[in-house]
Amino acid sequence: MSKVGAPEKLIIDGKRLDGRGLEDFRKMDADVHVLKHAQGSGMFSFGATKSVVGVFGPRTFHPRRLQKPKEATLRCKYFMAPFSTEDRIRPGHSRRGTEISKVITEAFSSVVIVEGFPKSGIDVFIDIVQASASTRCAGINAAAIALADAGVEMKDLISSVAVGKVDDTIVLDVGKAEDNYGQVDFAVSTIGGSDKFVHMQMDGVVSREEFSKMLSLAVKGCKQVYEKQKEVLRKKYGGESNE
Amino acid sequence: MESEILVKQRQVVLPGDVMAKGIDYLPGSGCYRDGDEVKSKLLGLVKLKDRFLGVVPFSGIYNPRSGDGIIATVTDLQNAFWILNINSPYDAILQISEGVEEFVDLKRTDITRYFDVGDVIYVKVLNVAKSKSITLTMNDHRAKKLIGGMTLKFTPSKVPRLIGKQGSMIELIKKRTGCQIIVGQNGIVWLKGDDVSKAIEVIRMIEKEAHTSGLTDRVTEFLGGKDVPEEEISDCECDEECDCTEEENCGCLDEKVEENTEGGDVHE
Repeated sequence: MSKVGAPEKLIIDGKRLDGRGLEDFRKMDADVHVLKHAQGSGMFSFGATKSVVGVFGPRTFHPRRLQKPKEATLRCKYFMAPFSTEDRIRPGHSRRGTEISKVITEAFSSVVIVEGFPKSGIDVFIDIVQASASTRCAGINAAAIALADAGVEMKDLISSVAVGKVDDTIVLDVGKAEDNYGQVDFAVSTIGGSDKFVHMQMDGVVSREEFSKMLSLAVKGCKQVYEKQKEVLRKKYGGESNE
Repeated sequence: MESEILVKQRQVVLPGDVMAKGIDYLPGSGCYRDGDEVKSKLLGLVKLKDRFLGVVPFSGIYNPRSGDGIIATVTDLQNAFWILNINSPYDAILQISEGVEEFVDLKRTDITRYFDVGDVIYVKVLNVAKSKSITLTMNDHRAKKLIGGMTLKFTPSKVPRLIGKQGSMIELIKKRTGCQIIVGQNGIVWLKGDDVSKAIEVIRMIEKEAHTSGLTDRVTEFLGGKDVPEEEISDCECDEECDCTEEENCGCLDEKVEENTEGGDVHE
C-alpha cells in the first residue's frame, strides 16, 4: 500500500528520515505559565508539533444542565489553529477535534480530583499551534503541566507519547512523514511514568507481538516525557526548598 | 513496617510525588493516601507538622470556609438579600438580617440604601454548606463597606505571605506607602491612597516571590531601606509562610490566618 508522494523508504540503515534512531524523541520542549490571563498554562512540543494549553477553574460551570451536584465537571477542548498545518484548517469544532477532546477528557478524569467542588467546572483548552504528528500527545502533556500550574488537585501528571510501525519497524515518537506514510500510529498516555494506562488510540494493523513491543516502548517513552514535565515544573519555582 | 518521610519542610513537590511511606504519616490538605504511600496532589511547598503532611499550593482558587474575612462585590439584589461575588467558583448570599443591624421594613425601604450593585464590602463568611451555598455576615467588628479605592486580585494561597507574621508585611507596606490596604482571605486586596501604584508594585513582587525566603528584607529594601527599627518584621524561623510563633509551630495556617487579617485592617 503506497500513497502518492510517499518516500520510498522511511527507515534507511536504522536511521529515520530526520536522522533519528528508532527509539529517539524529536527535540522535546516544555514551559509553564506561558499565558498571563489563564489560571494555569503550559506549552509542550515534540519537534515542530507545538501545543499551548490554558486551564481555568474550578469555576462556575455552564451550561447549567451539565453541572454535577456533588463534584466538578472536567471539560477538555482540543482545537487546531487554522495556521497549524500546510493547508488551512477551518477554525472551530470538527469531528476529529470532538473525538480527541472526549478521549482527553476521559484520560484526565482518572487523575483530576473533582470532589469538593460541587456544581463547578474545570476547563482545559488545548490549542495546537503547529501540527506535525502526535498533536494529541503534545496536547495531553501540555495540559498536565497547565493543570498543575493552575493549582488543580490531581493524583499525578499524565504523560503521553505516540509509537508507530514504519517499514515494519517499531519506532518511538512518530514524525510527520511516518504518520502520513507509515503503517501504524499508536498514541498512549500513562499516569506518572508508570504502566497505568489512561488513553490508547491506534490505527493500522499489528501482530500481537508487535503490539506488546510497542506498548513497552510507549511506557519507556512516557517515562522520559514525565521526567521532562517534572523538570519544567520544578524549574519554574527555582527548585528552591529553603530548608 | 517502618514508616519513612521522604520530603523536607518547604520542599517543592509536584502532583504525584511520594511524600512519605508507611502508615504512621497522615495526609493533610493537599495530599492523599495511595496504598502505603502519602502523595501530593498539588504543586506547592511541603508543610510538616508532627505526623501530618500538607502541601501549600503555589496557585489555585479560593475555597471559602466559615469565619474567613473576605472582600466581596455586590453583583445582584433580591428582595431580602444581596448576591455577592467572592472570587470563588460560588456566589455568596448576604441576608438583610445579617447585613443590617436596624429593623428594615421591606415594604417601604429600598435596600440599595444599604448596599447597591457594585459596592465593595469587607465581610465575614458565616457558613459554607456542603453544597457550597455560602452565607455571609456583617456581624463582625471588621466588617464594613469599603468606599472609594480600588481592588486587585492576589493569589489566595499566598495571602498569609502578604500579611506576614502578625501582619508585619502589610503594616510595612502601609507605613511606607501611606496607603490604606485591606487584604481579604479570598485574595482580593483593597487599596486607597495617593501612592497606590507603589503599593501595587510591592504586592505584585510579593506574589511573584512568595515561595522564596528572605522576602521581607527585599520588600524593605524595595520600599527604601531599613530606617525604622523592625523587630517584629524579622522572619519566623520555623516557617515564614504560616506566620506562626515558634511555640505553636507550623501547620496551623488555617487558624492563624484569621488572626493575621486583623493586622490587615485599615491603617488609620
